[in-house]
Amino acid sequence: MVRTISDGIVISPIKNGTVIDHITPGEGLTVIRILGIEDGTNVTFTVASNVVSSRGGRKDMVKIENRELLKDEVDKIALVAPYASISIIRDFKVSVKKPVGVPKEIVGVIKCPNPNCITNTKEPVKSKFVAHPRGFRCQYCDSIISREMDIGDYI
Amino acid sequence: MTHEQKNILSVRDMEREEIDRLLCSAAAFDRGNFTGHELDGKILAVLFFEPSTRTRMSFSSAMMRLGGKILNLGSVEATSITKGETLSDTIRVISGYVDAIVLRHPKEGAARLASEVASVPVINGGDGAGQHPSQTLLDLFTIRESMPIENIDVGMQGDLRYGRTVHSLAFALSKYNNVRLHAIAPDGLDFPSHIKEDLRDAGVELIIHDSIEDALPELDVLYVTRLQRERFPDPVAFANYASTYRITPALLECAKPSMIVLHPLPRVDEIDPAVDALPCAKYFEQAHNGVPVRMAMLNEVMN
Repeated sequence: MVRTISDGIVISPIKNGTVIDHITPGEGLTVIRILGIEDGTNVTFTVASNVVSSRGGRKDMVKIENRELLKDEVDKIALVAPYASISIIRDFKVSVKKPVGVPKEIVGVIKCPNPNCITNTKEPVKSKFVAHPRGFRCQYCDSIISREMDIGDYI
Repeated sequence: MTHEQKNILSVRDMEREEIDRLLCSAAAFDRGNFTGHELDGKILAVLFFEPSTRTRMSFSSAMMRLGGKILNLGSVEATSITKGETLSDTIRVISGYVDAIVLRHPKEGAARLASEVASVPVINGGDGAGQHPSQTLLDLFTIRESMPIENIDVGMQGDLRYGRTVHSLAFALSKYNNVRLHAIAPDGLDFPSHIKEDLRDAGVELIIHDSIEDALPELDVLYVTRLQRERFPDPVAFANYASTYRITPALLECAKPSMIVLHPLPRVDEIDPAVDALPCAKYFEQAHNGVPVRMAMLNEVMN
């Protein structure tokens, strides 16, 4: 049965696509940015921000219609939403549900915080970060984005 | 990049065995154990986008001693870079002219990018405040000429925040057994926190000193670096520090007789010229060691 707003849901179900739930509050739009489906693309998406979570506290939630996220896209989300869960929806039903995992390598997503890094120039090169015990290390200049820093600021 | 391409970009990439092999090779070259034809017919591109005397000239000397030839970029102003050409395109083009490239560039990570687009080996001749592996290898080589790199105390004095030579050397020393590092730096020019954390992760004992006098009696090696005036908030602060930390014969009286003093050069006021005559002064020898060490590196990547 399709639930309605009167049933207590804040965004409507989708027939086919992906639901990203339990995103850290305030990071929903960052997730959209990571996935490259901002304004200007023809993808329909919905962001619910700072909604009450069934796990307690608050969360953001993103629904993307008619698009099933690939593994590397899911992994990128872990950068800003390590506790998110991904549900692939087919014909209004959850077909696959999986947690995100921290990727070993992130290419072309994070902007290096070091202004003197070669990736922050006009060179045709994508940033490349590898997982490090304290966060992610730039493969070019060795700068570290630690877990204490807000990685969303560098995406 | 071809499958077999061998680059030397950072000591971080190098295993201890690889470092030791290069140092052994350098020692053989230093003893004159070479024919002078090892790199016959080979051409080395020397691409320096920043000023350099020692690194550029010693790489050139090393190449010529092994029978190879040099192709110099010359002044950046006279090249297509001033027309807006990217480093990537420059490297791709020059790859077709030569058998290896030595690159110095003001941007950190430039050598790694160059290695990704080059079809010939790339050696990092220093990139921004990043890595400078040939300097690190010659520093290690100079230490090894005086003592085994094991169970030693190495003091690093001066600009530890921005000085790429000390960062590279500290990482390289972390690959050796029981090397303790002593940091002697003015406020604000201490090792960056991520470098300290990396060194701790590597199991290095890092001891911070407030004054050079405190550290000196413990040291086997004192590595002095140049202070740059612009790193200090005002000229008075610079003058105070420069006078307090200047290495003089009188100051060195409290050091171990076997301690050696190194400096990547150029020096300004950090070391009194009167120290030059003392047996501990190894910095000119260190600069000369750049040739056999770079011979070893060139031979490694081209043979």
